[in-house]
Amino acid sequence: MTTPGEAVSAILLLAGAGFYLAGTLGILRFPDIYTRLHALTKADNLGLGCVALGLALQADTLAAALKLLLIWLLALAASAAVSYAIAQRADTLGIAPWRKDKR
Amino acid sequence: MTGLEWPLALFLLANLLAALVRAAHGPTAADRMLVALLFGATGVGVLLLLGYAQGAPELVDVALTLALLAAIAGMAFARRAWAATGGQDDNTG
Repeated sequence: MTTPGEAVSAILLLAGAGFYLAGTLGILRFPDIYTRLHALTKADNLGLGCVALGLALQADTLAAALKLLLIWLLALAASAAVSYAIAQRADTLGIAPWRKDKR
Repeated sequence: MTGLEWPLALFLLANLLAALVRAAHGPTAADRMLVALLFGATGVGVLLLLGYAQGAPELVDVALTLALLAAIAGMAFARRAWAATGGQDDNTG
């Protein structure tokens, strides 16, 4: 018999896996570096966030749950900073953003 | 423990294998670096899932370290390593 907490946890884990899949598909299919950065942050922020939150609901102690949230906060700050740095560098190197009309 | 941890960990691993196609194609060094960052993000998820599936809380510390190293690697790449000119050629990786 599953408790409501376990059900919510399972839903969050499945949602996280969905966002990871979306991020991977975006990395594979998007046309240039800027759009692929956008896809990567879906996996980073939402995928990891949903998985960490779903597992935090299963944690035995409050400290273990807070540690999972801490990992997520680190990943949030890191992905924001790294995405900005890579996009700025790509712009400095003269990589033009993709446009639909010119292919 | 919902029984979902093992299947989801395998699913995330399959995602990583698919992402290797992008790492092989490039075309710029940054595209390959993005796959490395995706490995970091997905690897953290896999480690957390396995840590709870096996009742091994030390894997959570491993995941924390991996997240930190992925962040450092990304910043070092963007600020120091990526010096290619032109950008779109395939010889920058």
